[in-house]
Amino acid sequence: MSAYRRAMPSTWWLRNRAYFLFMVRELTSVPIAVYLILLLLMVRKLAAGQEAYEAYLRFLATPGMVAFHLLALAAALFHAATWINITPKVLVVRVGEHRVPPALVAGVNYAAWIVVSLLIAWIVMRG
Amino acid sequence: MPQPTITLNIFRYRPEQDQEPGFQTYEVPYRRDWVVLDAINYIKDTLDGSLSYRWSCRMGICGSCGMMINGVPKLSCATFLKEYYPAPVRVEPLANFPVERDLVIVLDDFMQKLTSIKPWIIPKEAKLLSAGEYRQTPAELARYKQFSMCINCMLCYAACPVYGLEPRFLGPAAIALAQRYNLDSRDQGRSQRQEVLATEEGIWDCTLVGECTTVCPAHVDPAGAIQQAKLATALDWVKGVLMPWGKR
Amino acid sequence: MTAGAHDIVIIGGGGAGLRAAIAAAEADPRLDIAIVSKVYPMRSHTVSAEGGAGAVIKPNDSLEDHIHDTISGSDWLADQDAVELFVNEAPAEMIQMEHWGCPWSREPDGSVAVRPFGGMTIERTWFAADKTGFHMLHTLFQTSLRYPSIKRYDEWFATRLLVVDGRCQGLMAIEVRTGALQLIAARAVILCTGGAGRVFPFTTNAAISTGDGMALAYQAGAPLKDMEFVQYHPTGLPGTGILITEAARGEGGILVNKDGYRYLQDYGMGPPDPWPRLRAMELGPRDRLSQAFVKESEKGRTIQGPHGEVVHLDVRHLGEKKIDAKIPFVRELARNYIGIDPVYEPIPVRPVVHYMMGGVHTDVHGATPVPGLYAAGEVACVNINGANRLGSNSLPELLVFGARAGKTAAAFARKSPAPDRAALTAQGSDEERRIARDFLRKDGGTERIATLRTEMNQAMEAGCGIYRDETSLRETVDRLARLRQRFPHIHLDDRSRTFNTELVAALELEFLLDVAEAVAHSALARTESRGSHQRTDHPKRDDERFLKHTLAYRTGASPRIDYLDVVITRWPPAERVYGR
Repeated sequence: MSAYRRAMPSTWWLRNRAYFLFMVRELTSVPIAVYLILLLLMVRKLAAGQEAYEAYLRFLATPGMVAFHLLALAAALFHAATWINITPKVLVVRVGEHRVPPALVAGVNYAAWIVVSLLIAWIVMRG
Repeated sequence: MPQPTITLNIFRYRPEQDQEPGFQTYEVPYRRDWVVLDAINYIKDTLDGSLSYRWSCRMGICGSCGMMINGVPKLSCATFLKEYYPAPVRVEPLANFPVERDLVIVLDDFMQKLTSIKPWIIPKEAKLLSAGEYRQTPAELARYKQFSMCINCMLCYAACPVYGLEPRFLGPAAIALAQRYNLDSRDQGRSQRQEVLATEEGIWDCTLVGECTTVCPAHVDPAGAIQQAKLATALDWVKGVLMPWGKR
Repeated sequence: MTAGAHDIVIIGGGGAGLRAAIAAAEADPRLDIAIVSKVYPMRSHTVSAEGGAGAVIKPNDSLEDHIHDTISGSDWLADQDAVELFVNEAPAEMIQMEHWGCPWSREPDGSVAVRPFGGMTIERTWFAADKTGFHMLHTLFQTSLRYPSIKRYDEWFATRLLVVDGRCQGLMAIEVRTGALQLIAARAVILCTGGAGRVFPFTTNAAISTGDGMALAYQAGAPLKDMEFVQYHPTGLPGTGILITEAARGEGGILVNKDGYRYLQDYGMGPPDPWPRLRAMELGPRDRLSQAFVKESEKGRTIQGPHGEVVHLDVRHLGEKKIDAKIPFVRELARNYIGIDPVYEPIPVRPVVHYMMGGVHTDVHGATPVPGLYAAGEVACVNINGANRLGSNSLPELLVFGARAGKTAAAFARKSPAPDRAALTAQGSDEERRIARDFLRKDGGTERIATLRTEMNQAMEAGCGIYRDETSLRETVDRLARLRQRFPHIHLDDRSRTFNTELVAALELEFLLDVAEAVAHSALARTESRGSHQRTDHPKRDDERFLKHTLAYRTGASPRIDYLDVVITRWPPAERVYGR
């Protein structure tokens, strides 16, 4: 057929803000995955004994690692925020004819997130 | 005072004479209450009758006139020149579709997908016409109403990068329409539609970019429809595992 | 050159066409049915209908009332036998739509809701918010996908009906994608191509409402009936002509002039209170409301706007909640197209051409006088709408007569012999030559399509509008004749084949000229005033001479006008009374 097919360039995600932020959101999985590996390594080093563990902690304190962890934190926060913002789309709560406002659904999720984070932080800091 | 004008750069493709598409520039009178479609009609009527495009209702309900306007999928009958004036306006056919000619895209894929999701009532209970209407409360109507508003303009397909990269993806409008019937209290065809929906090329290809909802002129929220379908399908699976004796 | 042969071919994929296809498919699943439409079916003009569809289902209503409302609304030009069966069959059709999934708005108890509409004694208009036509069209289209015996030719433009041995046996159509002109043979053809609002400059109608089926039938020898009756909808947006539904008045909206005065009370539709009140004031019939606008304009009491004179449709007193629940599309259209939020400001409106009461002459079964040729919907004239159609009667009309035409055509197709391929092919070749000669291969044309179209529009608006007289009509008739002579000199920029929409526009203009001619000549011949046909030189209704339908037959020159008696059963002609 004579129809013309326009190819989608590999730079399609630079075309607009929404696409770009979408890619960033998806790419947050990379720093988070790396962080998990580092966390698992830490557990292994802990099992390997005091010296190994403390050497690892010194490694984590290097500027490069601190920078990475800040990046991973930003990624995790961004991912959590975009995820929570999406929940009202998935969880449609109806009261009769009317829908519970999306902002309320998201708000409840944010509140729950903060409460659980504070709880975990308290547990971790105590010990 | 000379009449103000605005420049339109329009995608042209004439298969009988062009190997490759190109752009043609037109200077059109600028009027504050004109939409892009008015400018295109002016071009066809007075400057260049060879420009081909689709349009009909000019009031945003028929879904014919979707185009990329400065790279964004829009209805040309609902997009005002004043949003862009005095800058030039670039008009192209909807992205992610093959181009038949100028601003006219090939709809065959969409029409086939629309049909594949069985967009009709598969009734829960048979009822004679003489027995009157099925009862459906305003709350039951509200459950699917939003998803019934789709005008089939395909701006969502043009906005969806997944559809652009993977043409087999069922797509936002088709899935939203399937949900419209799945959520209709009179229908019980969900399990039949799942054969097409709960597949890789169905709901699972969607990575929730969300642009479909952003561009939808009828406020259908297809992204919402797809995520709801995912949740429902996942719950089906959980139920199937936990309670395998349940009839589905 | 032959694309296909089918038992039934339906030209037009809107409400009537889809309903006819489904009816034929259900009547006999072995029949091979095709829908030929110049647009994808979801784009058909049915999609723009807003307010609702009337049918009797509530206990406080009666079939007699609906029948009488329709007959009096028609200024007694409607065929009463047709109206009776229309009103009787409408409720079942509407329930069928509901069974097929149409999302009708509901009462709290889950039953279908109804609202008041112009000219109706009791509220009986079913509605799906204010996008009733949209929901009906999508319901019908999606339901039609269930029937494997219905095949579609999407974006095929019918150019000519083929009549062999006095019987319609097929058509020629351009496959717009490729530009190929092809023959489609049929045992029966049903025209469901809608109206012809684009004959006039300001219309609620979409670009595609170019009277194709009317012209096709006219050229094939079927008469066009009651063409002079053109409905002006009282509330269109100025400039664009976009429709603001009668439902806005059904929900309680009022019309005021520049002094904020509800002027309709001066024209036999008062008293203004209590309001809302059925069949009174803003819920009067459309012809009277549009005529009142013209009279107000003559008195200098309309409001000057950037697009000419308007009056104000005020719905502010309904409140935001009711507006968003009952007429949300009205709010959206006003905000998008004229930047006014009807919750806070009145909407400027004026009468615009909306509906053709006239059309291809059919009987109550949808059959035209040409064997094998049927018609249903706005393209047809049964005649249930007479000289003025009541709002919310045209959507059920699509269903009732679409279904009837489908069933009648199915019965005819089963009995009729196969189409005569040789004769059809010969006519097809003629048509191919005509299109190539007159449009595609022609050099040296001097007239642009848009120029001729605009002049036709202006001639019709000037001489054949809401008020007409002999002088203005003769002027229009002459101008149309001159346009006819200029048409062969048309010039196309686009001579290509692939998706040539300029060729389609030229063919549509040719159809429009045929329709315009039928309208103007029929109006000239009717020397009385009735419903939407108002002659300032003959201001009274004349039942003695004109309780008849006008029939216009195509000739080489001006149409031949003939008359057919109106069928009166139980409602002798009386005065139309509104207000009290």
